[in-house]
Amino acid sequence: MAPITLDHITKRYPDGAVAVSDFNLEIADGEFVILVGPSGCGKSTTLNMIAGLEDITSGELLINGSVVNNKSPKDRDIAMVFQSYALYPHMTVRENMGFALKLAKQPKDVINQKVEEAARILDLTQHLDRKPANLSGGQRQRVAMGRAIVRDPSVFLMDEPLSNLDAKLRVQMRTQVSRIQRRLGTTTVYVTHDQTEAMTLGDRVAVLRSGLLQQVGSPAELYHRPDNLFVAGFIGSPSMNFLPGTVENEKLRTSLGDFVITDRLRRELEGAKTGRDVIVGIRPENFEDAALVPAEARARGITFRVTIDVLESMGSDVFVYFTQDRGTQTVNAAELDELAADAGTADTGVSADVVTARLDAATRVTEGAVAELWADGDTIHVFDPQTGRNLSVAAAAGTPVPPVPQTPPINNAGGSLD
Amino acid sequence: MATVNLTGRQRAGWGVANLVVIVLALIPVLWLVSLSFKTPTAVLDPSYWPSQWTWGNFSGILESSQFLRPLVNSIGIGLISTFISVVLASMAAYAIARLEFPGKSVLVGLALLIAMFPLIALVTPMFTIERALGLFNTWFGLIIPYVAFGLPLGIYTLSAFFREIPWELEKAAKMDGATPFQAFTKVIAPLAAPGMVTTAILVFLACWNDFLLAISFTSTITSRTAPAAMEYFSGGSVFTTPTGPIAAAAVVITIPIIVFVLFFQRRIVAGLTSGAVKG
Repeated sequence: MAPITLDHITKRYPDGAVAVSDFNLEIADGEFVILVGPSGCGKSTTLNMIAGLEDITSGELLINGSVVNNKSPKDRDIAMVFQSYALYPHMTVRENMGFALKLAKQPKDVINQKVEEAARILDLTQHLDRKPANLSGGQRQRVAMGRAIVRDPSVFLMDEPLSNLDAKLRVQMRTQVSRIQRRLGTTTVYVTHDQTEAMTLGDRVAVLRSGLLQQVGSPAELYHRPDNLFVAGFIGSPSMNFLPGTVENEKLRTSLGDFVITDRLRRELEGAKTGRDVIVGIRPENFEDAALVPAEARARGITFRVTIDVLESMGSDVFVYFTQDRGTQTVNAAELDELAADAGTADTGVSADVVTARLDAATRVTEGAVAELWADGDTIHVFDPQTGRNLSVAAAAGTPVPPVPQTPPINNAGGSLD
Repeated sequence: MATVNLTGRQRAGWGVANLVVIVLALIPVLWLVSLSFKTPTAVLDPSYWPSQWTWGNFSGILESSQFLRPLVNSIGIGLISTFISVVLASMAAYAIARLEFPGKSVLVGLALLIAMFPLIALVTPMFTIERALGLFNTWFGLIIPYVAFGLPLGIYTLSAFFREIPWELEKAAKMDGATPFQAFTKVIAPLAAPGMVTTAILVFLACWNDFLLAISFTSTITSRTAPAAMEYFSGGSVFTTPTGPIAAAAVVITIPIIVFVLFFQRRIVAGLTSGAVKG
């Protein structure tokens, strides 16, 4: 158990490519921190630098208060779980889990006792004498976890440990990883590209983009107060809708309608000197069927009429998709393009003009028909189109962060632990 | 593995083709075996099988140090050359498969160049060098060139095997507290074992079968290998050619190769690495 400090960490490859740039993060003892971002954002490189598998170009890495930049992995007291599990195929599960202890020249009975203890926690006891080739994907993943647990290290590093599992197993293992971490209380750094994993597992989440740390905070902070366009679009599922907006006569004009500008937001807009064009972000869950909104709440937002293109009923919620012309407004869209590429919409040819809304299950809207929807004006985000900075967050600074609304419950069954 | 369903006609066609190839390959071998069992006078008789079977040729060569000593030389030189080649080649191949270092492509190119070089063109200069160094007619006079020519083969075969082993296994070993040497000996080498055995077989066969270097760099039975020694067999009189003993010696030196390959064939198990990563 140990705190980790990343102090101005930079990774530059010999060919000049910068993978991680000036990364600062304090990880407290026993904390579960998630590094999340699209592929190529430098999150795995950061993890490998903490592990000692890659050199740090500049900056200092401290584990438990001492600089470990030049220490080899074996001297850092760290255990790592790999995406591919990296189990030794010529060894049995028992040998795999006990390998580190054997290298550390621990007595045989101690190794056996520790391996059996870990196997019991992970429900692997009956598989101890099998080879990895004869195990299922989930069992292999548990062996990889077991190999890390057995060592009782000061830090766990996990490099997308669940991404090779199928969707259902992933949810079960996610719960189990979380439970094990809480039980052992070991400082954990977990890398993933899946924002759902990031939101559900971490005490704190660090969002990276192109080697730059975008924002660090609790899942609720990232969700409600994203610092910029990228974090706003990356966190939350389905992701936030972005529309061009114009500030005009005390109103925020969008193609959906005019939002009232609060006093605080107006001060921010004036201070930012961004001109009149902004990007407005609305989360799918901040839309509602206008018929279901109580009259006193209606004034908070705007109502508008659109034709519903596609309707997906999830039982607990209804997702509707409609098209909104974004107009020809020129915005600095690099971050939006990157988000689209990450979400795969650029490949599937789905137009970026599609807006997603999450409505209550009681809604009566139907596919292909015109519906009257309501958008909550209190929860909209306003971004500077040039810098991507979130103007509304600065305006809301100091108010308490509400909890993240739950996504539809996914099967959490199974995953017995104790 | 996918099985292809053949019609009866196709099956028959393939059967005939296989039979032709096997017969063509086996006729000279069987002829050699037949010759080795013929009496000296029957060697020139035109029948394919001996009319009178005899162990005379075998007992003759096995009782004479002219063959036994070279056989020991062959085994010794072959094993030592193979061992050195595989050890050096596995280290070189590991570096080539895993590390980025300046001059890597030059090194790989040089290894390939050595493998391509016509041996016959090198024999004369090497002969002069060996005479000057006092290596002529010694075991090491053969071991050194055998290692030199076995290395490119070994490096190529082994680097292909090392590339197949997921790099993450090595990272995992490092995280588990292994030194680079422990990671190699405890994780990588056991997984590359089939590759090492394959390489060993190939290098050993090359050494065992070599005639050119063996005949050029040796002068007495203290270092002459079996294939070269056969050249010096003498007949019953000056007027008889030692066809029978040569055939018998050829059969004798073929047997260990057949045993060797049959024995190790089972060890060359592809897919030993399955299960290491998600499969």
